[in-house]
Amino acid sequence: MSSRAKSDLINRRSPKPHTSMFLRMLMRAATLRRGRAASALLAMVVAAAVATAMLNLYVDVQAKLRKEFRNYGANVVVIGKDGQALPADALPKVDSALAGHGLAVPFAYIVARTSDGQSVVVSGTNLDQVRKLDSWWSVTAWPNTSQDALLGTRAAAVVSPQGKPFDLSFQGHTIHLNPAGTLRTGASEDSLIYLSLTDFENWTGVQPSTIEIAFSGSSEEIAALIQMLSQTLPTTDVRPIRQIMEAEARVLGKTRATLAAAAILIIATAALCVLSTLIGWVFDRRRDFAIMKALGASEGLITGFFAAEAAALGAVGAIGGFGIGVGVAAWIGRVNFHAPVVPRFNILPAVFVGSIAVALISAVLPIFLLRRVQPAMILRGE
Amino acid sequence: MFGRLVYESFRRQKRRKLLAGIAITLGVGVATAMLAVATDIGNKISRELRTYGANLIVTPQEDTLDVQIGGADLKPPSDGAYLNEADLPKIKGMFWRNNIVGFAPMLPISVRVNSDAKNFTLLGTYFSKRLTLGKEDFVTGVRITHPWWKVQGAWPDDNSSDVLLGESLAAKLGRKAGDDIEIAAQTHHIAGILSTGGAEDNQIIAPLALTQQILGKPGAVRRVYVSALTKPEDAFARRDPQTLRGAEYDRWYCSPYAASIAFQLQEAIPHSHAEQIRQIAQNEGTVLSRIKGLMLLVTLAALFASALAVSAAMATAIFERRAEVGLMKALGAGSLSVAALFFAEALLLALIGGALGFTGGALLAHQIGRSIFDSQITIEPVLFPVILAIAVIVTFAGSAMAIRRAVKFDPVYALRGEA
Repeated sequence: MSSRAKSDLINRRSPKPHTSMFLRMLMRAATLRRGRAASALLAMVVAAAVATAMLNLYVDVQAKLRKEFRNYGANVVVIGKDGQALPADALPKVDSALAGHGLAVPFAYIVARTSDGQSVVVSGTNLDQVRKLDSWWSVTAWPNTSQDALLGTRAAAVVSPQGKPFDLSFQGHTIHLNPAGTLRTGASEDSLIYLSLTDFENWTGVQPSTIEIAFSGSSEEIAALIQMLSQTLPTTDVRPIRQIMEAEARVLGKTRATLAAAAILIIATAALCVLSTLIGWVFDRRRDFAIMKALGASEGLITGFFAAEAAALGAVGAIGGFGIGVGVAAWIGRVNFHAPVVPRFNILPAVFVGSIAVALISAVLPIFLLRRVQPAMILRGE
Repeated sequence: MFGRLVYESFRRQKRRKLLAGIAITLGVGVATAMLAVATDIGNKISRELRTYGANLIVTPQEDTLDVQIGGADLKPPSDGAYLNEADLPKIKGMFWRNNIVGFAPMLPISVRVNSDAKNFTLLGTYFSKRLTLGKEDFVTGVRITHPWWKVQGAWPDDNSSDVLLGESLAAKLGRKAGDDIEIAAQTHHIAGILSTGGAEDNQIIAPLALTQQILGKPGAVRRVYVSALTKPEDAFARRDPQTLRGAEYDRWYCSPYAASIAFQLQEAIPHSHAEQIRQIAQNEGTVLSRIKGLMLLVTLAALFASALAVSAAMATAIFERRAEVGLMKALGAGSLSVAALFFAEALLLALIGGALGFTGGALLAHQIGRSIFDSQITIEPVLFPVILAIAVIVTFAGSAMAIRRAVKFDPVYALRGEA
């Protein structure tokens, strides 16, 4: 052998032979026998997608359901102490405290007399906002011009049985009103007459005494809001409407707990699916293992090789699965809540680490079992 | 020979069969539990939604207008009509009696306290009263219909003359639980302080009998709050019962819509007007359908995941046995008989795994029901054959691909161990 040929051989072998061989083996494992690798990857992707979708739903469902629960109307109410009117700046203060996370509607109340001397409670409010706040109100027609009134069904039977215009008086001032529509709620609102706040104030000069607030947030956020409002509005009583808040917390808690149980079951099943597929894949390649061992590879190197392979599979599967899972969650949100579930990227690390961990376990476990077996036995096909 | 092959396959390859069997058992178990939870979640959430309180109200037909601001009654106490307390147990005698969770009569009156010049509202009601209709005993009152009412101290007995004092009123009067209070020139014991977050915080709450006695009208009730399990309203529920005929009317009457229960309440209690409290009744349906829809979609995801786990396990189990297939084929077995052997094994695994999984899933569902809803989730035995059938189909589908590939494989390569 000439010296030139010798140096050529050394050159060919020398620069970091282990690393390049390692990478080459990894690449070859993925590209040869594509079917088996692809099915393992598919299992990984599906499992990661299911896990992502469940976690994303679990995190987001609270916000989605809270929105549904706000259909129940106000959960916080601000009332002037001892029946006094609220300070004039109360509503702007409440609005700024809400910062767009809710709706605040003022109500003013008086007892007026009809032309035949009957007492009836009249309320002045912002009718456009009430319509949003109390979506369960069944109204035949909402008033839209000045001097139009919305009559509770029972009040309508008293003041305007035939739907004719009527007069109401309060402390000597009389107002002439047109019944625009009737209101049915099944509660105390049925006995009331509603006017727009401008009409009401021009007629009576009475300021709102109540602000009803529908705030979407957790119970801690509501408690913080109540504390803040009590400080900024010291002459008022700010209280939670316990009926609404407690029932909401209860139903929400039960739903989340059921969803958590479902998520655990589903993720465990998906992990099991990955485990069985990957173990099968690695077992299937026991001849590769035996050849490597027969050629003198150390056990650490072989374990490292299979582990690296599994980790790569886990990482690729996790990222692909995350994308699909986010899509599935968004679809469920659209179908069920008519609003897509927002992708939560903070669950990506959990999915990523979980996928790699499951992949590593399922790769190392069979290697551990095969280590005791002589390569010759495996190569003979026993 | 066929039977022996199957038998020996199970006897000699315990590890593989066990792995596939565990996968089927777990998959079927998860599917069963999720199906059980999803089919029952509507009932469970419906019960939880009753914590929102009464969804129906019964008032006298000839009632005058309420004159209330912020819960304070401004109407003269003698005004208005009353319902008769003796009619109330009939609520539990109507068609949908089992859907009535509870009811609470209310009688607000105006009283003088401690020779104070101002009048206060005294609200008479049932706390937790035992009533009898025919042979049936039941307990009802505000503790069932108004679950957000919290009492510091003790709830008074319905037959006593003890009262509850609203939180704000107690602070105003400087009283606490255990003190005495003078109401309408009689001394009463304050059993507890009531906190509701509503108008009752400024009222005195007393047993109904005591309130009637103070008012001097035995048997008088102003209104009755009824909490009922209802079916979400649909287009049919909104139709006017007057316009329905024959079978349609029967269907409307026999559906637990809030409107039809209100209609029956009106029939049960003479001279009454029953109506749904729309804030509670209308929203219930939306929340319920959202939660049910969510669980349905999640159950689909669970079924998908378990089907996949079972198929993956079966595919792996068959793939590992190529050499065996090669041997059988070399000995002259046809593709059909090899496939038949694998399918028979899959069937056996699916039946055993499915039965075990069904039992496990039922236990799991029971546990979920107990720990989350404090009530049982029972699974219909009818579901057993359905679940078994699904298990067999999924196992077959999962095996089919792998069996096809195993059968098509050339026996020479398989026996040489080349894949």
